[in-house]
Amino acid sequence: MALKIVKGSIDRMFDKNLQDLVRGIRNHKEDEAKYISTCIDEIKQELKQDNIAVKSNAVCKLTYLQMLGYDVSWAAFNIVEVMSSSKFTYKRIGYLAASQCFHESTDVIMLTTNQIRKDLSSPNQYDTGVALTGLSCFVTPDLARDLANDIMTLMSHTKPYIRKKAVLIMYKVFLKYPESLRPAFPRMKEKLEDPDPGVQSAAVNVICELARRNPKNYLSLAPLFFKLMTSSTNNWVLIKIIKLFGALTPLEPRLGKKLIEPLTNLIHSTSAMSLLYECVNTVIAVLISLSSGMPNHSASIQLCVQKLRILIEDSDQNLKYLGLLAMSKILKTHPKSVQSHKDLILQCLDDKDESIRLRALDLLYGMVSKKNLMEIVKKLMLHVDKAEGTTYRDELLTKIIDICSQSNYQYITNFEWYISILVELTRLEGTRHGHLIASQMLDVAIRVKAIRAFAVAQMATLLDNAHLLTGNTQHSGICEVLYAAAWICGEFSEHLEDPMATLEAMLRPKVATLPGHIQAVYVQNAAKLFSTVLCSQEGAPADSKVAQETSQLLIDRLPVFVQSDNLEVQERASCILQLVKYIQKLQQKDVEVAEEVTALFAGELNPVAPKAQKKVPVPEGLDLDAWINEPPSGSESEDEGRKTKGKAVFAKEESRHTKPRYTEVDEKELAKRREVRKAEQANNPFYIKASPSSQKVYQEAVGVEHIPVVQIDLSVPLKVPGMPMSDQYVKLEEERREKNKADRKKKDKKKRREKGRQRRGDSGPESEEDITPAHMVDIVTEEMPENALPSDDDDKDPNDPHKALNIDLDKPLADSEKKLPVRTHRPDEVLKSPIEDVEGLEVTSEPKKKSGKEKKDKERKKGKEKKKKKHKQEEGEDLMEAGSEEPVQSKVTNDVAAQPPASTPEEAAAVTDDPPASTPDAGSGVAAVVPDSEPEETKSSKHKKKKQKKEKDKKKKHHHHHHSDGVREESVQNGTVEDEEPLPPMSNYALLAENSYIKMVCDIQGNLHDGSQVVVSVIFENKCDSFIKSMEFNVMDSLNSKLQRPEGAGPHDSLTVPFHLPPGISNEARFIFSVQSIVMPQKLKGTLTFIVKTEDSSTHEKLDFKLHFTCTSYLITTPCYSDAYAKLLESGDLKGSSLKLEGINQPFHHLLARICFHHHFSVVERIDSCASMYSRSIQGHHVCLLVKTADQTVSIDAKCDEPGLLRNVLDEIKLTFSQC
Amino acid sequence: MIKAILIFNNHGKPRLSKFYEHYSEDTEQQIIRETFHLVSKRDENVCNFLEGGMLIGGSENKLICRHYATLYFVFCVDSSESELGILDLIQVFVETLDKCFENVCELDLIFHVDKVHNILAEMVMGGMVLETNMNEIITQVDAQNKMEKSEAGIAGAPARAVSAVKNMNLPEMPRNINIGDISIKVPNLLSFK
Repeated sequence: MALKIVKGSIDRMFDKNLQDLVRGIRNHKEDEAKYISTCIDEIKQELKQDNIAVKSNAVCKLTYLQMLGYDVSWAAFNIVEVMSSSKFTYKRIGYLAASQCFHESTDVIMLTTNQIRKDLSSPNQYDTGVALTGLSCFVTPDLARDLANDIMTLMSHTKPYIRKKAVLIMYKVFLKYPESLRPAFPRMKEKLEDPDPGVQSAAVNVICELARRNPKNYLSLAPLFFKLMTSSTNNWVLIKIIKLFGALTPLEPRLGKKLIEPLTNLIHSTSAMSLLYECVNTVIAVLISLSSGMPNHSASIQLCVQKLRILIEDSDQNLKYLGLLAMSKILKTHPKSVQSHKDLILQCLDDKDESIRLRALDLLYGMVSKKNLMEIVKKLMLHVDKAEGTTYRDELLTKIIDICSQSNYQYITNFEWYISILVELTRLEGTRHGHLIASQMLDVAIRVKAIRAFAVAQMATLLDNAHLLTGNTQHSGICEVLYAAAWICGEFSEHLEDPMATLEAMLRPKVATLPGHIQAVYVQNAAKLFSTVLCSQEGAPADSKVAQETSQLLIDRLPVFVQSDNLEVQERASCILQLVKYIQKLQQKDVEVAEEVTALFAGELNPVAPKAQKKVPVPEGLDLDAWINEPPSGSESEDEGRKTKGKAVFAKEESRHTKPRYTEVDEKELAKRREVRKAEQANNPFYIKASPSSQKVYQEAVGVEHIPVVQIDLSVPLKVPGMPMSDQYVKLEEERREKNKADRKKKDKKKRREKGRQRRGDSGPESEEDITPAHMVDIVTEEMPENALPSDDDDKDPNDPHKALNIDLDKPLADSEKKLPVRTHRPDEVLKSPIEDVEGLEVTSEPKKKSGKEKKDKERKKGKEKKKKKHKQEEGEDLMEAGSEEPVQSKVTNDVAAQPPASTPEEAAAVTDDPPASTPDAGSGVAAVVPDSEPEETKSSKHKKKKQKKEKDKKKKHHHHHHSDGVREESVQNGTVEDEEPLPPMSNYALLAENSYIKMVCDIQGNLHDGSQVVVSVIFENKCDSFIKSMEFNVMDSLNSKLQRPEGAGPHDSLTVPFHLPPGISNEARFIFSVQSIVMPQKLKGTLTFIVKTEDSSTHEKLDFKLHFTCTSYLITTPCYSDAYAKLLESGDLKGSSLKLEGINQPFHHLLARICFHHHFSVVERIDSCASMYSRSIQGHHVCLLVKTADQTVSIDAKCDEPGLLRNVLDEIKLTFSQC
Repeated sequence: MIKAILIFNNHGKPRLSKFYEHYSEDTEQQIIRETFHLVSKRDENVCNFLEGGMLIGGSENKLICRHYATLYFVFCVDSSESELGILDLIQVFVETLDKCFENVCELDLIFHVDKVHNILAEMVMGGMVLETNMNEIITQVDAQNKMEKSEAGIAGAPARAVSAVKNMNLPEMPRNINIGDISIKVPNLLSFK
């Protein structure tokens, strides 16, 4: 036996191994394919052998060949064989091969399930590791379902090496098997705090990846991530978290406010550019989400822009690129701060790196204004001339057009200039974007009525010089512009100077070499021109010669087109030819035909909004898929069939109707048909009726009189030698603006003199509004069907796998979902809503720890959660509350290190009660906040929900997870119940002291972690015009309360405030005090000294203040279960006291919210006008309140284990309500 | 997410391809070709980021590439990855290769693509970054190689001898492709710990 093995291995050494294969391929450079095919034959032989070593060698070679592009899927089964070898060496080869070439439709994959399961539970960590790595590449929905449980177990493996791999692969499992997300999520969350940094980083990675796709479900994790951000030192983790925050802030602006300061600190402190860049990016995201909410965020923007400018100016191209990229994000919301760096960005246009040039172009797009548009475009035009390489030039071209046409041509003040730019662009050789220029020409000519005359003149020149455009390359896209030119000249022919000449230009024989669709437009518009010529001639019957000449011209030239091989051209040409022949006959009889001919082309075209058709709602009771008539059986019903088609492409339908008109001149017949059609259309529900404006069909030359008259000075020669045309308009425009300005100034002066009042001179730069357009620009807006539906879901990809992962994770797990469903096979294609699925499934894995009490709660809850609608709404809000409140609180727990962002008291107020809560639960929403972010969090949300459900009437038991859509409508329906008006803004920041230089406001909060500490947050606001620095904060300690000073400092030393204040800026600092007794309120005297620095002098200033530690500030908002609450009251340890408040006329929920907010209570339960509330002091005293209200009288019964404290708290509550 | 990792030489010959999404072999080759075209026509001192190509690109994805001597290392990533971070990751990858192969050169990658895969598997898993600490990666790779050796035992001896003989002529090919400029410009980037 042993001999056999040795012999086998001796045989084997003459087999080719991977190295031999590679060497062989390198030696057969000329006939590589042939050599490889012999190798594959060898491999096939080797795979047939029993020896696993031979097989694995073969598989190893196949993996290499796969990289070279050879399909090796035929060996899939052999790969599975090698995977299941007991030896690690071979197993690894097998898994590698599988990861390279297996995919969802590989059918042998289902054979691997058990093997993989075995490997996952192997005692050898590397077997497990290799299996996980392999699986991550080829996991299928079936594998994910079958192995989810095993992998979840591995997440708690003893070896961090396995843990981190298991955590990472869970993401793939979630993607393939969304049902596993909810059951696995709690454990995933635990891993965020794994002792091993690698595992932690993996968990951050997975959650960030999940949250990026469905951010709103992960808002509640924000506090946890906030903690990680302030504590982690791993740059990878930090980058991921910061990126994640960037995704979360748009959903929760309050989070953004908390973020700004730590991020700013990171920006200042980090030396890693990657981290700096991501911080800047997220700060930008925050600023975007806040946009206007914060008055003093300009400092942050300035910081970002400054940092980015440094990046852009760096010699490292990577930093330059990223700097530009980030700059473009700022641009969207704060264009002004970026615009000042225009020079830098224009400079980047000259960079040798194309990526950088393109980025700079992107930036320019947002930087234009009415004032600088012409200048910027002029620069770009120069670049167009210089640019090598058509891709970049095309890119420039599209950018120029984008820049000019953005937001409905908002920045264009002079359309003559724009048309001439477009005309100039047509001289670009070999561009692909002819159609783009063409559509711009059409768009402008149609929508800017005032420009039509000018446009027509330009287009006529273009048509005349068509040979320049089509000159060498017919296939170049630029001839597309002729399409636009011909159409414009035809449609607006009344503006033509010399229609005859243009007509002649359009009928040159060379036109026949143009692409078919352009010829068709030429022919059609030649007919329009013809009618114009007739019209103009008929006024002077003496000269009927010209009209007849025109007819003759058409009759001479059209036959070329009749012979065209393009059907469209042929059809149009022959129709028109016949028509003209008939007209010629009439002309010879001196019959006036102009009017009839013009009628053919009368009517105005209105631009239609994109997607207008799509937005027409389907009328009720209409089934678009149903046959209106029996399916067409023969030619008889063809007409019907076409009509049905007509509804989808009604535009075509129109043109179909117009065509026969050329041949049938019988006006009567036509009119009759028109009437019939109109009646038909009126009754046809599919036909989209034209809006009133377009119903003026057949009023000759409609609206010509209404077009604002434009004075176009055609005496200006259209071309000046040596100067591009558009430059001229730039110059003219500048002159015009100068003149306007001068006029304005004159007027201003007059006014000033009249009023005899001194005003500051308007020497400042011209503002946007000052620039008036050259002529009344009348942009015709696009038409929309009257009852169009607003729909913005056009762009969503229904196939996005992440859609399935949009699962509410804050909702507590139902008992049945605690464990992963396994071994139950899903019905084939049906992908039910995940939760329904999970609930119905059988359960088999280790139970999760859970207290009996909670279980009971849940059962009770289950029985009660009924009224579906309300429940749904509640949940929506709940999610918001949970997500938003916690970050606010978490700042309390992170001591001085994590200072909150600079904010004024008003904002602070806004922070805490931003969404005006509109339900009776508002109070609880604000109050039932978990100060710490850890496991309690889920508990509290459970608790909250339970409470809410209890209050609700009971109706139906049904979960709904995608509640976001329903919420808005629901709240309207529930108006009868939730008709209480929103809360007024509240703030806990009280004025501490104020003088002409500085204002201090403060908030005092207990420290949850340390029963003897309170945290005082003081916001310093600089009120003067000078710089304030060297602020020192000192307090005279009392026996009971002491300011905590750094080690080594004396008991009377002052603390330096860690920032300076530029004028108008405010910032927040925190000070920690230790207290002994919390029964009595305390007052401490203190002083703030600071230096006021003006340009030439600096003065020492001082401000005294009194810090007031109320008993309330020793209370900490703590949620409490109602049964625990009941027990607490029953225990009899508490002493009672009571309070009556008269004349309170605010709604009960406001009252509760106030108590919650100002006095740190949480609502335990609320029934009608009666509520129980709870709070806890930092030293663990329980404080219970029962609040009742009746006719403006509020009575509060209170119990506490420390009567002194209670009395003081009640006094403070009384004070609160006497003040408001 | 990392969508794909490609290594190819100055002539576009693939030395390693790892796709984290499935494509047919033909598409994969096309992607490699396209990426090579995009990457190779760039000058030396332009930025390392490219808006993706048509196939694997899409608007969301980016190519992040580094050029070492004769080899291009290209990572195709989506917007959730930090550009500079990935640039560092490539550096870590190359340095790890350098440690594992002792002065890595293109030939090492040519003849031992399986080993390169194994090293990569310790860094990136299923498109997500698994480990960025070089020492940790090397420890795990070494431990696995050791296991492989112990498994081969006596039975593997003859094969090893033969392959040693076969490889004798390897050094005659120029080992010129040292990634000597390993400390290539990485300004200000903290190496990840």
